[in-house]
Amino acid sequence: MLRFIVRRLIQVVPTLLLLSVLLFAWLRSLPGGPAAALLGDKATPEKIAELNTVLGLDQPIPVQYVKFLGRAITGDFGNSLITGEPVTTEIARALPATIELSVAALLIAVVLGIPLGYLAARYRGRPLDTTTIIGTLVGVAVPVFFLGYLLKQWFAVDLGWFPPSGRQAVDIEATHVTGFAVLDGLLTREFDASWDALTHLVLPAIALATIPLAVIVRITRASVLDVMGSDFVRTANSKGLAPGTVRQRHVLRNALLPVSTTIGLQTGLLLAGAVLTEKVFVWGGLGTLLAQAIERRDYPRLQAVVLLGALVYVLVNLLVDLSYAIIDPRVRVR
Amino acid sequence: MTSLLTRRRDKIDDLGGRSLTADALIRLRRNPVAIVGAVIVGLFVLVSIFAPLLAPHGPAEVFPELQRNLRPDSIPGALPGFPLGSDQNGRDFFSRLLLASRQTLFVGVFATLIGLVFGVLIGAIAGAFGGWVDTVLMRVTDVLLSIPSLLLAISIAALAARPSQTTVIIAVALVNVPIFARLLRGAMLAQRESDHVLAATSLGVRRGAIVVRHMLPNAMGPVIVQATLTLATSILDAAALSFLGLGDGDPARAEWGLMLANAQSYLDVRPALAFYPAIAIILVALGFTLLGEALREALDPKGRR
Amino acid sequence: MPTTRRLLAVIAAGALSVSLAACATSERGGDAQAGATGGTMVFGAAGAPKNFDPIFNDDGESFRPIRQMYDTLITYKPGTTELTPGLATAWESTPDGKQWTFTIREGVTFTDGTPLDAAAVCANFDRWANMQGDAAQSNMIYYADVFEGFKGNGGIYDSCQAASPTSAVMTLTKNKGAFPAAFGLTAFSISSPTALKQYDADNVTQSGDSFSYPAYATDHPTGTGAFKFESYDRTANTITLVRNDQYWGEKAKLDKLVFRVIPDENARKQELTAGTIDGYDLPSPADYASLKSSGQQVLIRDPFNVLYMGINTKNNPALRDLRVRQALAYAIDRQALVQTKLPEGAEVATQFMPQTVAGYAADVQQYPYDPQKAKDLLAQAGASNLTLNFYYPTEVSRPYMPNPTDIFQLIAENLRQVGITVNPVPRPWNGGFKDDVQTAGKQDLHLLGWTGDYNDAGNFIGTFFGREKPEFGAEDPAMYAEINAADANPDQAQKQAQYEQANRDIMAKYLPAVPISSSPPAIVVGPSIQGLVPSPLTDERFNTVSKTQS
Repeated sequence: MLRFIVRRLIQVVPTLLLLSVLLFAWLRSLPGGPAAALLGDKATPEKIAELNTVLGLDQPIPVQYVKFLGRAITGDFGNSLITGEPVTTEIARALPATIELSVAALLIAVVLGIPLGYLAARYRGRPLDTTTIIGTLVGVAVPVFFLGYLLKQWFAVDLGWFPPSGRQAVDIEATHVTGFAVLDGLLTREFDASWDALTHLVLPAIALATIPLAVIVRITRASVLDVMGSDFVRTANSKGLAPGTVRQRHVLRNALLPVSTTIGLQTGLLLAGAVLTEKVFVWGGLGTLLAQAIERRDYPRLQAVVLLGALVYVLVNLLVDLSYAIIDPRVRVR
Repeated sequence: MTSLLTRRRDKIDDLGGRSLTADALIRLRRNPVAIVGAVIVGLFVLVSIFAPLLAPHGPAEVFPELQRNLRPDSIPGALPGFPLGSDQNGRDFFSRLLLASRQTLFVGVFATLIGLVFGVLIGAIAGAFGGWVDTVLMRVTDVLLSIPSLLLAISIAALAARPSQTTVIIAVALVNVPIFARLLRGAMLAQRESDHVLAATSLGVRRGAIVVRHMLPNAMGPVIVQATLTLATSILDAAALSFLGLGDGDPARAEWGLMLANAQSYLDVRPALAFYPAIAIILVALGFTLLGEALREALDPKGRR
Repeated sequence: MPTTRRLLAVIAAGALSVSLAACATSERGGDAQAGATGGTMVFGAAGAPKNFDPIFNDDGESFRPIRQMYDTLITYKPGTTELTPGLATAWESTPDGKQWTFTIREGVTFTDGTPLDAAAVCANFDRWANMQGDAAQSNMIYYADVFEGFKGNGGIYDSCQAASPTSAVMTLTKNKGAFPAAFGLTAFSISSPTALKQYDADNVTQSGDSFSYPAYATDHPTGTGAFKFESYDRTANTITLVRNDQYWGEKAKLDKLVFRVIPDENARKQELTAGTIDGYDLPSPADYASLKSSGQQVLIRDPFNVLYMGINTKNNPALRDLRVRQALAYAIDRQALVQTKLPEGAEVATQFMPQTVAGYAADVQQYPYDPQKAKDLLAQAGASNLTLNFYYPTEVSRPYMPNPTDIFQLIAENLRQVGITVNPVPRPWNGGFKDDVQTAGKQDLHLLGWTGDYNDAGNFIGTFFGREKPEFGAEDPAMYAEINAADANPDQAQKQAQYEQANRDIMAKYLPAVPISSSPPAIVVGPSIQGLVPSPLTDERFNTVSKTQS
C-alpha cells in the first residue's frame, strides 16, 4: 500500500515539472517579452532592464528556467499589477471563497446526481429516465454565465428569495475566523451570519453545479446499467436474493467506483467554471481574481491562478487514485 | 473513456455479419435522440450555408427607419421588412441572427478541425511508434489535459495582443488537441496487437502503410464521435471567451457568442437581443451533443444485443 | 465495519468543530445597533479604490469615498460648479495672480482630534510640492497638471506661510487660470499632518508597474469630512465609513456609509432592484426606464462633459491633412448617435467644452452629417483608400460615454460608408486602453472624453490641446501658444475672448479631434433614499442623504 502511494506520488513529479516548463514557455511568449508583460504598460526601459536582470533573462535559457522554477517552488510570483500586493497574498485571501463555493456546488451535484442517475438507470427507458437524460444534456449546453444571469433575475430580483450577488450582506457584521463565511458563523455562534452566507451561496452554487451534476448523473446511470447487466448481479438475482438487497449490496456499491473518479475529475474542473460563475455573482474568490487579471492583463496574477488551477486538478486526481486503491485492492497490483 | 472505447473496438472487430457502418446507421435511424440531434445539426448547417441568401440584409448595415425610433431604453420591435426588429444599433436583428449561424459554425468547425488534425497527428505518431516518442508526447498531452480547458483557453487567448476571431479559434483548438491525441493513441495502441495488423505486418507491409491504411481508418469512429461532441464544447467555450472580453474585437461581426456578450446591457430593454443568440447556442450545442451521444451508442457493440 | 468507520469519522468531525469553536469568539460589538437612528446606506461602486490618500489619486472610484472623508479649501456648491467656502471661509489673490491668501475656518478638527489651522494647510501644500522618490513618481496626476511640476522642477508653487493660525498665504511663480477653482479639486484635500507623519504617508514604494502605499493611504485616511474611515474589507470588497459627529458643517444623517465594489453592471442593477444596495453611479441609459418602473430614482446630472473622437496624426501621414480630418467630421452622423445611444438631454458637441463654460463660442465652424462631402474631401486629399486603427475602450462606462462598444460601432459604420477601412482595436479601460492611447499613442483614431473638474475653459481645451501629447501626435505650437496665452491672462474678459477665438481656430484650422457629444450622466438611488444632490462635477457628498427606515 505504502509503496503504491510513494510510486504514485513520484509519478506526479514529472507532470509538475512539465507543467512548469509549459508555464515558462508561456511567460516567454507574452507580448513584448516577460519583463514588459510583468511590469505592465507603464514600464520604463530601465525598469525592464532591471527586472530582466532579476529574472535572469540575460542568461542562457536553461539557467533562466532553473531560476523560474526556484521562484515558483517558493511561491514567489511577484506582485499583482492591479493592487501592488504579492499575488500569493491575494490568492490566500480569495481561496476560502472559492473553496466554499466549490464545496457547495459539489455537494449539490453529488447529493442530487447519484440518486437521479440511479433512478434513471432503474427506470431505464421510462419518462423519468428520458427527462433526466434530456435535462443533463440541456444543462451542459447552457452557457454558465447566461444561466447565472437567469437565476439571479428570477430568484433574486423577481421573486426575492435570495440575494442577487456577493457573499454576505454588508449589515451583518460577521466576525472573520477561517474566511469560510458559513463556518465562521457557526464557530462564533453568529448563526444569522451563517444563514445569511448560506442564502448568498445557493444561486451561485446551483449555477456552478449544473455541469458536474449532469456529468455525475450520466456516469452513475451508465455505471449502474453496466453493473446490473453483469454476471454477479444476475447470479445474485437468480439466487433469489431480495431485489432491494441486490440493489443496495451489489449494484450501488460496485457502480459507485467509476462515479467517485468522476467526482474527483469534476472537483478539479470547478475552478474553471468558477471564473464565469464568480464574475456573474460578484463572488470575490479566485475566479474573480482571474477574471480581473484577464481584463487588466495582470500576467503575474494570471500565471499564479492558472498554475494553482492545474495543481489542484493534478492533486485531486492523485487523491482519487489513492482512494481508489484503498477501496479496490486490485488497483494496487497494477 | 478512451480505454472504454478501445475495448469496445476490440469487441467490434470480433463481430461478424453486417458491416459496422451499416449496422450503426440502422440503429441511428431507429434512435429518436439521433434523429432530433441530426435534425438540429442539419438545419443549423443548412441555415449557415444559405445564410447570405436567406438574410434580407447585411450584418453591419444600419437602417434609418430602424434608427428613427431607436433610443437607449427602447429598441423597436418588428417592422415591415424587419421581422425581428432592430438590434441595439439600428441593424436588422433577423439578418444578424441568421448570418451569425455561419460565423458560429465557422468558429466551432475550425476550432474542432485544427484540434483534430494536430491531435490525430500527435496521437498517431505516439501510437504508431511507441517507445520514448510515445512517452514524451503523452506526458505533454497529459499535462495539457491537467489544466482545466477553459483556463487553458483563457491563458492562450490572453497571449494575443489583439483579440480576434483567429485568436479565439486558436485558443479553443489548442484545448482540443490533447483530447484527440489521447483518444487516437489509445485506439492505435489497441490495434497494434490486433489480428489484422499482425496479418498485415506478417505480409511485409511497411509500417507507414499499416498506420495509414489499416490502423487510422479503424480508429476514426471514436474520433468522429469525439469531434461531434467537441463542436458543441468549442462553441460554448468561444461564447465564454467573448463573455470574458477575450472574443472577437469587431463588434459588427454577427456571431452568437459575441451578440450575447454585447447584448448584456440591453437585457431589460429587449431581452430577445440576448435570449435568441443564447437559445441558438444552446440548441446547437444540444444538437451536436445529441448526435455525438447517439453516434457513440450506435458504434457501441453492446447496443447490438 | 463501515458503520464503525463512519461513526469514528462523525466523532472526529464533531470534536474538531467543538475545538475550533472554543477558540473562535464573536467580535461583534453588542451595542452596535443601539444608537442607530440614521441607518446604513450601501452604495455600489464599479471598481475598487486605488487608495485613500487624496493626492495619489485621479479616478472617480477612489475619489468617491475620499470626498466623504475630506474637505478642500474651497468647495463647490452642491449641484453646481459655483465656488463656495470650504475649509477656507474667504480667499483672495493679488492682481498678478501670484499670491493667494486664505482665511482658515476656525474650530475645525481632523478626525484624529488635531486642530486644523493655517500651519496644517501649509504643511499639506509643502508636502505635495516636495514629494520625493517613488511617491513623486506614483500617481500625482492632478498636482502635476495644476502646479505644472514639483518645486524646483518647473512647478509654479513657491511657498506657503502661516501668517496667523487662521491665515495661510501661498505664493506662486506665475498666474494660473485654474485658480481659485482648482483649489476645490478632491486631490487637493487637506489631510491631518499628524496622521500623515504617524502613518508614514510619503513612504510609497514601487515594484514594477505597481505602487505599494503606506498605512496612511490604505487604512488611516484622516481628514475633516462628514464621514470618517472605519474599515476596508478587502475580502468582501467593502469600504465602511461612519458619521463624523464632530463635523464642522451639516452633519451626516446616515450612521454608516458603505461602498461595496460590484464590477458587473447588470449585477449592480439587480442588487439595487432587489434592494440589497441603495444606489450606484452611472446607470446605463438603457436601464433608465426599467429602473424607474421598479421605483428607483434616476437622478440626472447637468451635462458638464465632452466626448470626442481623437485623431492621432503620428502614425498615418494622411491624417496630417486637414481635409482628411474634416472628412472624418463630416462622415459621422452625430445626431443619430446622440439620439440612439445617449440619454435624453444629450447634445451634439460643436466644440470641446460645454456651453456653460466661459470661452464657449457660438459661431464655430459646423460639421453637419454629409457623407458625400466627406468622400469628396478624402478624394481631394488623395486619401480615398484610408485604413485606420480605431481604438475603443471596453469594460467601462464613462459619464460621457455610457456604452463605448455601441458608440464605436456606429462611428465605425459611418466611416466605412465613406470608404474608410476601420481596424477595430478594443482594449480594456484599465487594461491598456489609457496607456496605449494616452502614453504610447498607438492609435489612429480613438474614443475618449472628459468630465470637467471645475468651471474653466483651461480645464477642457487646455487639458486636451494645451501641450504636445502622444494622444494626438504631431506638434502644433501655434495652437498650444494660443491656449496658454489665454490661460495666463489674469483679466477675465480678455481671457474669455481669447478662449472663444481659440475654440474657433480649433474647429476651423486645427481640428485635432472631432467633438461628438455632451451628455447628462445619471446616478441612481433606491426609493428609500432622500437628499442626494447630483453634481455636474460628479462631486456628490453624502452628508445630506437620509434613508427612510423600513
